[in-house]
Amino acid sequence: MAQNSKKPGGMPFQNIILTLQKYWADQGCAILQPYDMEMGAGTFHTATTLKALGPETWNAAFVQPCRRPTDGRYGENPMRLQHYYQFQVILKPSPANMQALYLGSLEAIGLDKNLHDFRFVEDDWESPTLGAWGLGWEVWCDGMEVSQYTYFQQMGGYDCKPVSGELTYGLERLAMFVQGVDNVYDLDYNGGQGEQAMTYGDIFQENERQQSAYNFEHANTEKLFDDFKKAQDECARLLEAGLPLPAYEQCIKSSHTFNLLDARGVISVTERQAYIGRVRDLAKGCCEKWIEKNAERWTRDFEWEA
Amino acid sequence: MAELLIELFSEEIPARMQKKASDDLKSMITKALKDAGLTFDAADAYATPRRLALVVTGVPTATPDISEERRGPSTSAPEKALEGFMRGAGVTWDQLEEREEKKGTFFYAKIEKPGRAATDVIAEAVEATIRNFPWPKSQRWGSSLLKWVRPLHSILAVFGGETVAFDVDGFKAGNTTRGHRFMGADEFAVTDFADYKAKLADHKVMLDPADRAALIEAECKKLSAGKGVEWIEDRGLLAEVAGLVEWPVPLIGGFDAAFMEVPEEVLILTMKKDQKYFVTRDPKTGKLAPFFITVSNIKASDGGAIVAAGNERVLTARLADAKFFWEQDLKRKLDDNLPALSDIVFHKELGMVSDRVERMKKLSRYLADFIPGCDADEAERAAELAKADLVSNMVNEFASLQGIMGRYYAKAQGESDAVADAIRDHYAPAGPSDECPSAPVSVAVALAEKLDTLVGFFGIDQKPTGSKDPFALRRSALGVIRLITENDLKFVLRNIFEFAAKLHKFDANTFSSIRDDLVVFFHDRMVVQFKDQGMRHDYVNACMTIYMSGTSSLESDLARLKKRVTALSDFLQTDDGINLLAGYKRAINIVDKEEKKDQVDYDGAVNAALLDLVEEKTLADALAAAKADATAALETEDFEKAMAALSTLRAPIDAFFDKVIVNADEAKVRQNRLALLSEIRAAVNTVADFGLIEG
Repeated sequence: MAQNSKKPGGMPFQNIILTLQKYWADQGCAILQPYDMEMGAGTFHTATTLKALGPETWNAAFVQPCRRPTDGRYGENPMRLQHYYQFQVILKPSPANMQALYLGSLEAIGLDKNLHDFRFVEDDWESPTLGAWGLGWEVWCDGMEVSQYTYFQQMGGYDCKPVSGELTYGLERLAMFVQGVDNVYDLDYNGGQGEQAMTYGDIFQENERQQSAYNFEHANTEKLFDDFKKAQDECARLLEAGLPLPAYEQCIKSSHTFNLLDARGVISVTERQAYIGRVRDLAKGCCEKWIEKNAERWTRDFEWEA
Repeated sequence: MAELLIELFSEEIPARMQKKASDDLKSMITKALKDAGLTFDAADAYATPRRLALVVTGVPTATPDISEERRGPSTSAPEKALEGFMRGAGVTWDQLEEREEKKGTFFYAKIEKPGRAATDVIAEAVEATIRNFPWPKSQRWGSSLLKWVRPLHSILAVFGGETVAFDVDGFKAGNTTRGHRFMGADEFAVTDFADYKAKLADHKVMLDPADRAALIEAECKKLSAGKGVEWIEDRGLLAEVAGLVEWPVPLIGGFDAAFMEVPEEVLILTMKKDQKYFVTRDPKTGKLAPFFITVSNIKASDGGAIVAAGNERVLTARLADAKFFWEQDLKRKLDDNLPALSDIVFHKELGMVSDRVERMKKLSRYLADFIPGCDADEAERAAELAKADLVSNMVNEFASLQGIMGRYYAKAQGESDAVADAIRDHYAPAGPSDECPSAPVSVAVALAEKLDTLVGFFGIDQKPTGSKDPFALRRSALGVIRLITENDLKFVLRNIFEFAAKLHKFDANTFSSIRDDLVVFFHDRMVVQFKDQGMRHDYVNACMTIYMSGTSSLESDLARLKKRVTALSDFLQTDDGINLLAGYKRAINIVDKEEKKDQVDYDGAVNAALLDLVEEKTLADALAAAKADATAALETEDFEKAMAALSTLRAPIDAFFDKVIVNADEAKVRQNRLALLSEIRAAVNTVADFGLIEG
């Protein structure tokens, strides 16, 4: 039967982050800080979306807080959160030993490869809002999905040449696995003893309660519809002005606003596709402008071809 | 003769693609060998998650030398012609020879092509295979331009113990491979297939998927027996799991019996589909047992305790989710879900799911009249609730449980068994091997669901074309055919199409065209289906004509159509059958010919007074008797008897043609004789259109 007791020596939540940062820094990654906007996944970070385009070498790792309003459970569900953390690694071009590097990172956080069953299970990735897709796996450890592993093939409708490898660790899931706890709120956050001990719940449970209430009950849908519209217009205007980076932020904003509207249940199934299509168009526009902006330099310095 | 060994080593290949990939590797390489003139004794291909391997035995080390003589232009032909010939044959002037023939002197070229080294052929074959491999989806990686299912790491090509030297986009072929990701050495060299297979085993890779599956099966049985339960065999899952591991180590785990209150289908789906676990049952009750078997890819140093415990924890969390959904769903009635169906689009031109439910209700009630023992109120109620589980938590999570969950929820709110079962069954049959519903209420709703789909998509001009059938309309039609024939129902299909079409908001003018298009579509589907059952297409067509044009339920029911085709095909094997067909053709040929010539139909009544010769009269009498007997037999659906009755006409027909001149001088007599023959045609056609029978 499943054991509910904590595994002795399981790494605290924050140490997992610190260890992964150190590990990937040692592999030559730039350790970035989170993008300071609400987003549904680390893939939305410009370090992933825009940097996956073009010929330049790019290796980076970062934590990204993610918001999925519909996953809110008022702090009641042991597994689901509307706000959680992803650890993202992006390696361009994807190195030949990427799988080995990835497995090394799991060892670094205390998962012994002689004791655990690691598996790469087919899972192709597609983001309809980003117009992006790639092939890869979900990585299982003892039957639990601990990461998403993707080789990007297209972003914003454009071919990724060279190909970026993306790793996404769901930090809470991974920590629950490492620590052997069944409830996310029971996670040991800082490894402190006695009065210094802090759990994930101590820090985030109240936030889950309040934010769930906001997402499902209090978010002002009229304002959100307006926000969506404004972000869309602003994005278009900034693209016009040849500013793909600020334009892309408006795209991120519209995507999150759409997610909030979705959580409020005010977007019908029929309209849903249309909204997703609008966000995708913005994302595509940003990628297009980003490429346009860089094309000359890429061509000059890297013999790049569209 | 030498042995060829090829291995393409990559990152994890999706399990579902491995079998076909190993088959493709084998067929592509062996075809290339054959095309180049290389023979071989045998070829076997294998797949693991990380490699495709092929061994071909008895391959010659070179292709045979080719010596060929080719005749060129005449010596008097213009120089251009000679140049062209030399270019085409690939020869030079000194390789030409002049020969005198009857028609003049001609150039001859002797072409000697020495055999090519097999290694050259192999190098080309492997490269072409890699570049053109038919993966369902492939990708680039890093800076490579090559595409493979996942990043390719190495190519092994050994022929007769030696490495075949070539490279593909920088991938140099070699003689080394790697073992298990965690339990094997990084790299080692091999000399031949036996060495390769043995060394892989040493490095914890079982190359042959069949060996892996056999080991998993044996272990699963042993582990289950150890817990006093029975392993539930699942070939599809076995093949999949064998494709997820290079070194299978099955482990058994358990889950809390408290989860057993959740419907079995949910538990099984969670374990099999999400977690790829095998499930077990209690041998006494036949019910699901609280144990599962996971197949790990490692012989863990603690004997697998941590792996098993980890899997148990994952499963517990998933089952807890499922139990939560189940309990949440039970708090609501299915009826409470109905309003939400008006938010789900069925198809943008065919309305919401709620609109579809309304149509299915009416259609089910209408169909109930034609289904013996079907209560119309129950049929309508079942149709009303049939789609209500689509908005339940459980179906949201596990779409494939649609219908199955609806049945549970219906029972929980006190619906009758007939209604609950119909909710579950109304999607069936989903294919030719799927079970076909037989309970009356289930049949009504299952038919209504498919007819509404067919009529709807025909109404918005989304008929299947060629290989494109995005709405699976052929499957729906097959479902309707099976529901009708297997339950022996009596319908006039065209009337039902029309009824169903009128429930849609189509232009009234389109009803008859939808109906007629569907009649033709069903005609084709039935021919296909009968053909699949081994019936001759012309026999099917001969009976179908009657079926399609029929307006009474007597002619127009599918179940009887099938009986009719069967009877016809049996009958045409007998002497009577052969006689009838011959007599019919003889009579009909002349009528057809004269009708064409005169541009009239000779199907008016026969005037007995104008019958003059004995043979004429005899035929008319025999026809009257045969017709009466055949009609009586048809009324009792005795097709054999009807056909036998008509076969008595053979002798009178023969006698008639011996003695009677059809094209008599007197117009009235001629017309009457043609009418008599035409009547034979009409009589026979009540059984089947013999004119459509070939040979």
